[in-house]
Amino acid sequence: MKEKSRTPMSQQPLTIEKPALEDGIGSKVTVEINEKKVQVFFGQTILQACKENQIHVPTLCHHPDLCIAGTCRVCVVEVEGMRTLQTACSFPITAPIKIKTSSTMVRKARRHIIDLLLSEHYGECYSCVRNNNCELQSLAKEYGVDSYTFGHVDKPVFEMDLSSYSVVRDMNKCVNCRRCVRTCIDLQEVGVLEAIDRGDKTHIGTFLEKPLADVVCINCGQCINRCPTGALKANDPSDEIWNAIDDPTKHVVIQTAPSPRAAIGEVFGLEPGKSFTGEMNTALRRIGFDVVFDTNFTADLTIIEEGTELILRLYKALVKKEQVAIPQFTSCSPGWVKYLEHFYPEYIDNLSSAKSPQQMFGALIKTFYAQKKGIDPKDIVSVAVMPCAAKKFECNRPEMADSGFKDVDYGLTTRELGQMIKEAGIYLPEMPHSHFDDPFGDASGAGLIFGATGGVMEAALRTVIELVTGKKVEDIFANADIIPLRGFEGIKYAELPITEVGPVPKILQHLVPDWNWLKGATLKVAVAHGTANAKKIMEDIKAGGKFSECHFIEFMACPGGCLGGGGQPIPTSEEVRKMRAKAIYDEDNSLPLRKSHENRHITDIYNEFLTDGPCGHISHKLLHTHYVKRGKYIA
Amino acid sequence: MLVVEKNALSEEIESYVLKFGKDRSSLLPVLQAIQKKHSYVSDFAQQEVARLLDIHPVEVFSVISFYSFLHSKPTGRNIVRLCQTISCDMANKNKIVQAIEREIGIKFGETTKDNRITLEYTNCVGMCDQGPAMIINDRVYTKLDPEKAVNILNEIK
Repeated sequence: MKEKSRTPMSQQPLTIEKPALEDGIGSKVTVEINEKKVQVFFGQTILQACKENQIHVPTLCHHPDLCIAGTCRVCVVEVEGMRTLQTACSFPITAPIKIKTSSTMVRKARRHIIDLLLSEHYGECYSCVRNNNCELQSLAKEYGVDSYTFGHVDKPVFEMDLSSYSVVRDMNKCVNCRRCVRTCIDLQEVGVLEAIDRGDKTHIGTFLEKPLADVVCINCGQCINRCPTGALKANDPSDEIWNAIDDPTKHVVIQTAPSPRAAIGEVFGLEPGKSFTGEMNTALRRIGFDVVFDTNFTADLTIIEEGTELILRLYKALVKKEQVAIPQFTSCSPGWVKYLEHFYPEYIDNLSSAKSPQQMFGALIKTFYAQKKGIDPKDIVSVAVMPCAAKKFECNRPEMADSGFKDVDYGLTTRELGQMIKEAGIYLPEMPHSHFDDPFGDASGAGLIFGATGGVMEAALRTVIELVTGKKVEDIFANADIIPLRGFEGIKYAELPITEVGPVPKILQHLVPDWNWLKGATLKVAVAHGTANAKKIMEDIKAGGKFSECHFIEFMACPGGCLGGGGQPIPTSEEVRKMRAKAIYDEDNSLPLRKSHENRHITDIYNEFLTDGPCGHISHKLLHTHYVKRGKYIA
Repeated sequence: MLVVEKNALSEEIESYVLKFGKDRSSLLPVLQAIQKKHSYVSDFAQQEVARLLDIHPVEVFSVISFYSFLHSKPTGRNIVRLCQTISCDMANKNKIVQAIEREIGIKFGETTKDNRITLEYTNCVGMCDQGPAMIINDRVYTKLDPEKAVNILNEIK
């Protein structure tokens, strides 16, 4: 620092006088944090530098998935020479500065900032869904808040927005950190939430301040997962479910998706990365659910239906030379489906007409299962445990009633199930293991990996390769792990040349006579997760780029796929998602059955119930649906 | 809104976008141009701007709500902005408020029925030495007293 200069440091250019390397970036800077000299990378923020040196700096608006904002000011630190305190999260180190992270000034300022946040936060902690999982609450605890210096809101000022089936907004608890704004605009590219007005009137709002149900919200619930307080939460149906359980005339059925079991341990304070399938089944039975099914079974069914649909589309395009919409898009993710309906309605024909696994199961439970057990479908209450907020919206779509009743009555998130388990006095990790109920008892690992991004495509390829070539997947990919489709890259692309074909399996013989038309072709597939990445692919398709030549594209609305869904335990970050993915792939690896078409229950259901085969009349009635061209204009 | 009107508005916005550039940084000039011509930026116009600049409608709405000189609701032909900051306030701003409200028959924040005048408060306009001050459309009026203010308002059409 030029000591002679009288200009305040905040107005001096922040440069190193002699960078260690010529290009600056990548070189190291020696800074002093709390009177301890440490070497940090040029351009790192103070927050990163502190973290690497085991110095805790509190944060609120900072989130590892999102861009830097610096709005909450909780992370302020003292930088010697600067007139004011600086936010650690947004201060890049470009000079050998001296930092103090817990001086009297810093502590006082932080305490004031927290008090100011609390002065506008309606904090009824014991009646809040985020009690004990709230970042504002833990900050208040960390800084020993014992009185409200600047007052406190003791009555709610704003009305809650209960219009959406999935997301509830309670602006009384909002602290304007803008995490939801950054999630909605940057991470998901949906653009529903933004800061409205200015100064002390600033609040988070939607376009024209409309209720959530009337705007282009896709219900992905990512904002819920990022919200530090209880301002955003999922629409909780657990009271209705408890009522159904207590009602002796109701037969309460629950299906569990692959992702909740890989994450529910986190609700009980355990480290992410372990599946609790068996324990969860026992817990669900002890809570009082009459039967417990595995959504992976209908994930297997989805593979057969969606795979058949793909083959039919390709057959029509390549052999009959008809006009069909290719590439085919997956339709498992209700957030993605609504995204497409809003933003790219002209591509609705590309969407597979197959329902998502949750809705397929709903339709089967109230028809096939009800007949088999001799239960009146009106007495069945069908609940689905999902890692997802959008599934709540999906089960309330008016077209999802093909069984004659509402196919799925309630969508429950992982967090809400964890709460129900706790409420029943059960400590999940101690439960003995138990298996799923028949007639859908076994599911394949292919259905299980639906939970991770690339999983649907991997599951589909495991089946398509074997059905078309007649060879084993293991001959092409070691251990049937299709590695190019795994991992958290935003967009994945793979090509699979079909060099030889086998005989047409019995299940498809009524649809295609032989496979010769596929010989020599190259199957092109792509995978995208997070709607921001989906947008990239859609724009590429619109421009006629590489992805418009794909045959099949998997889209998931949430970053990381379902395991990073909006109904999963909070917090969620890249590391947590990796651990959950590991849990899912480990469980897949341990299963004896790993391909959808080898599942004997699938063969059974086509023999007994869906007798005219995949994409036949009965399956079209029960397992397929249609979509609405919503558009993005709001009147 | 009629389809013909919508198409005309879309074309108009397209011409602004062409003029200022198809980039999110031209949002403000485009909005100012719309505001100038229509005296507000309608819901449909906001969504058209968003579509043409490839941003989200809520971002356009957010920007409009941030700036006092941009409106998302229809305003009168003339916008009267009275300074409410401390110097003008101490120079008897309240007397002018009372006189204007009594004369025109509306409160601040409202628009007359014939769409002639919208009354608004503004923060400091930099005329602290000549307060109370107000801005009508683009013109500044200073050293107001109740009588002068009422006369000025009666003259505008």
